[in-house]
Amino acid sequence: MSRENVLVSANWVEQHLDDPQVVLVEVDEDTTAYDKNHIKNAVRLDWKSDLQDPVRRDFVNKEQFEALLSAKGIGHDDIVVLYGGNNNWFAAYAYWYFKLYGHDDVRLLDGGRKIWELESRELVDDLTERTPTEYRASDPDLAIRAFRDEVVGAIGTKNLVDVRSPDEYAGRLLAPAHLPQEQAQRGGHIPTAQNIPWSKAANDDGTFRSDDDLRTLYGQAGVDLDTDTIAYCRIGERSAHTWFVLHELLGVSNVKNYDGSWTEYGSLVGVPIAVGDEPGAA
Amino acid sequence: MTAGCQAPAGGVSLDGVDLAKESVIQGVVTRSGDVPVAGAYVRLLDAIGEFTAEVPTNDQGEFRFFAAPGQWTLRTLAPRAAPVDQAVVAKQGVVAAVAVSIGS
Repeated sequence: MSRENVLVSANWVEQHLDDPQVVLVEVDEDTTAYDKNHIKNAVRLDWKSDLQDPVRRDFVNKEQFEALLSAKGIGHDDIVVLYGGNNNWFAAYAYWYFKLYGHDDVRLLDGGRKIWELESRELVDDLTERTPTEYRASDPDLAIRAFRDEVVGAIGTKNLVDVRSPDEYAGRLLAPAHLPQEQAQRGGHIPTAQNIPWSKAANDDGTFRSDDDLRTLYGQAGVDLDTDTIAYCRIGERSAHTWFVLHELLGVSNVKNYDGSWTEYGSLVGVPIAVGDEPGAA
Repeated sequence: MTAGCQAPAGGVSLDGVDLAKESVIQGVVTRSGDVPVAGAYVRLLDAIGEFTAEVPTNDQGEFRFFAAPGQWTLRTLAPRAAPVDQAVVAKQGVVAAVAVSIGS
């Protein structure tokens, strides 16, 4: 795995806007962003209504994923290029889904929608029509997804990386600060988890830092990447960004994303919680 | 359904929010003195300069954050303008209003 296979530049996207092998996919929660405008020929995925089961708290299953991608006109051999707002948080989350269900060639637009806008590149409001396909997904690859029991067992034994902001880690904030702070779950972090905010892996314009910078970041934080690593945040999308950095850019194979994240962990009865700026003891 | 993490342009509405419990920072980004800038990116940095949140401005140039009490910095990125940093203090129960002016 290397950067060239998983990350494309805005220039590359501009050169492939009409490439029949390439499907551009915008991933947003705020669907008004796509409705207002989007990159030419891009289709939309809504991380919540498209990628989450409408009843159970879980992903869409394999059959639901197949139906979704078929309806969007995405083929298994297509090169899928994901981009979105919020520094590609949800694009990275969707990327992780595509990998979980075995899509071969999926890439992120480095910098996402933000760099496209900041560079004043063309956005259109035409509806994108694609011919439906018969998409076939693989069984989910659980080597990249962590569940709560494994996370509780990882306290003091595996690398836990909390990628939220320092104030959320410490328990001073319960959500990213663009959201109201009244939340059901407790504040704090999983004991022994290190706080390496996702944002340290990105530049202000949303592009990823260099591989050397990224290795230095995790090295200086004392994360031994030979040990299994589980990344988490609040709902699993910022940690998908960090999972992308570790697993896809740096090629570290033993990394999982805990998508239940703090929303689940901070609501569990009886599990230990650490508050404040220090990781805390096992 | 759990609220997501993606900020709508302009920030989350105050409808139904108990402001007495929140430490709101909001404002307007303008260019050339008084022209609202849509699609600017305003990021909220904490007391040590670490990213805490980011909101794109709406058509009126508006943004909004729900912070914790304390010292914060707003960093504004917009097309054809240098980033602008601005300090702001948030207090619980108070809406801190900030005017951000970017290059001409």
